[in-house]
Amino acid sequence: MKKTGAQILCESLIKEGVEVIFGILGGSVLPIYDTFPQYPQLRHILVRHEQGAAHAADGYARATHKAGVCIATSGPGATNLVTGIANAYMDSAPMVAITGQVARPVIGKDAFQETDITGITIPITKHNYLITDVAEMAKTVKEAFHIAQTGRPGPVLIDIPRDVQQEQTDFVYPDKIDLPGYRVISRGHPSQIKKAAKLINEAEQPVIIAGRGIIISQAYDEFKEFAEKAQIPVAHTLLGLSCFPGDHILDLGMMGMHGTGCANMAVQSADLLIAIGMRFDDRATANTKEFAPNARVIHIDIDAAEIGKNVPVDIPVVGDVKSVLTALNEEVEKREHVDWFSQIEQWRCEYPSQDIKQSDEVLPQYIIQQIYEATQGDALVVTGVGQNQMWAARYFVYTKPNSLISAGGLGPMGFELPAAMGVKVGCPEEVVWCVAGDGGFQMTIQELATITQENIAVKIAIINNGYLGMVRQWQELFYGRRYVDTKLWNPDFIKIAEAYDIPGLRVTRREDVIPAIQKAMEYPGPFLIDFLIEPEENIYPIVPPGESLARFFEPSRTEIWERKFGVSITEF
Amino acid sequence: MEDKPGVLNRVASLFRRRSFNIQSLAVGGSEQPGLSRMTMVAVGDSAQVEQVRKQLEKLINVVKVSDITEEGMVNRELALIKVKATASTRSEIMQIVGIFRANIVDVAPGSVTVEVTGDEDKVNSLLSLLRDFGVKEVSRTGRIALTRGSSS
Repeated sequence: MKKTGAQILCESLIKEGVEVIFGILGGSVLPIYDTFPQYPQLRHILVRHEQGAAHAADGYARATHKAGVCIATSGPGATNLVTGIANAYMDSAPMVAITGQVARPVIGKDAFQETDITGITIPITKHNYLITDVAEMAKTVKEAFHIAQTGRPGPVLIDIPRDVQQEQTDFVYPDKIDLPGYRVISRGHPSQIKKAAKLINEAEQPVIIAGRGIIISQAYDEFKEFAEKAQIPVAHTLLGLSCFPGDHILDLGMMGMHGTGCANMAVQSADLLIAIGMRFDDRATANTKEFAPNARVIHIDIDAAEIGKNVPVDIPVVGDVKSVLTALNEEVEKREHVDWFSQIEQWRCEYPSQDIKQSDEVLPQYIIQQIYEATQGDALVVTGVGQNQMWAARYFVYTKPNSLISAGGLGPMGFELPAAMGVKVGCPEEVVWCVAGDGGFQMTIQELATITQENIAVKIAIINNGYLGMVRQWQELFYGRRYVDTKLWNPDFIKIAEAYDIPGLRVTRREDVIPAIQKAMEYPGPFLIDFLIEPEENIYPIVPPGESLARFFEPSRTEIWERKFGVSITEF
Repeated sequence: MEDKPGVLNRVASLFRRRSFNIQSLAVGGSEQPGLSRMTMVAVGDSAQVEQVRKQLEKLINVVKVSDITEEGMVNRELALIKVKATASTRSEIMQIVGIFRANIVDVAPGSVTVEVTGDEDKVNSLLSLLRDFGVKEVSRTGRIALTRGSSS
């Protein structure tokens, strides 16, 4: 029996194990939506803006390790997906984005809502397709999921003209894939692994830099075995948080521009760095010329193009982290590094980055810490971008694998709410906290309607300082305190929540923080807390732009810092 | 690379996006149906060239990438050069063309068009000699190349 392109698409999605699709319909995807009722096993979640669909699919993908699926119509629907696709690309999240396209006879004629979305998304997708023949539909979907979910994951876009959705053909789902130009290297080269092990066994001051690749590869156990056996301290990139227990004795927390003093000192002083599933992002390394000057570098990554891209590498090991670590664990020796650990403990005391100041103010660090206390770490934390993100990264103790979902590479404000939706839909049994900034929250605020319509029980904590906080912090430190256009007039978020039928609480006093979090946890559905925090609270330490990782500044050590570097932080 | 719509765009987009410089680019069929061969000359130090190679490898439609800079290879370029020619200069031009084993492929009252094939140096040398007569138009294909020997 012949089937339409739309039916073939739906059946192919089901073959790929898809359960949820985030999207909004429009003229060029009507034939697809028209067939949805025939496939009740595909749950469609109607978002309020296509950016929300892409971020939700991304959140879903990161939480479940399955490709997230989003769908939008041609033209503006497709272009609205772009931010979300770019974000998934930067952070290697598997995603299949489906867009409608105008009918084939009018492609290239500037038809209504026509946009060259495959052209637009070439640099931000792992691959993309324009289907010009319905006979290509099943094969394309199969390839798209394979590409999105294997190797270094990423987004794949499929653009489908409306008339292809209606065209009919026989449905045969291919059981094989023929992609001569796509090879996934999974196992690391044995001789490279031996060389890496030799360096590790000989190192006196080794540090691991743990990236998101460990999470993508779900190599939590192998990684823990590796760090414990070789007794190597673990510094994390932002997206590498939650790959290793944050309360572990070997854990140094996050490194980088807002990393802990101890992590940054350890990385800068290391004689060997073992970089695993990370890409030496500038927010992690700061100035690469002065990065870890005495360290040899072992880089384990599945993407060969990451080797030597930003930082010179001594021993590259290209392969899947799980398989490489399994092999490496056989080769590394049990070590102790007593002197190195006593040095690290000294830094931990010398740089009290994690201390929260004693104060009656409502401090963001305290809020995050209390969310951790209330959940005991048994929650998934989804963050926005900016100060809220850094506080969430630093003051929640990530003891549960893959419990931080955050937009690292692209840094799109407004990620938090739709991504939290996707995370909760993917993991309905988990407690999901959405840590939002008051600025970013308003960029995707309309998804509150989706949350209510679909009863997605996320707990929303707005870290409200009435500013675009991270930018204000930069203006304060590096632009002579000139707060140009960072002060926000904000609506009453509790009334907004109420209008969306979501209960909420405003917190203005420190003693109300814990009860509000408790109330949110006890409430069965979505809940919003508007925390009015100290408006000019900053995230510290901070490495000034262009400086070395060793030059992190924290106010408790201002005098020592100025003596050491002969310059004030505001002079950068 | 696979002979599919948009592949050239993907390659060009990669070069632009990563700020790699392409000096020349030539693309056409290969020995295998469905596959094209692209020869490009990119300028950069060895780390940059290595990065280009790896990024190209990541394109799904690109089947194989070889950096043949250090390998024995045959490389050729074709150029068409339209030169001003009068009755008094025509024979001199023909002599130069003969020395370079190039051909005259079109003759008009005020000009001749020369076809030359060879490596870049040869094309450049001929071009510089012909400049004295007044070069009106030049069209060059960019280099194509294959490694020497029987390996593929």
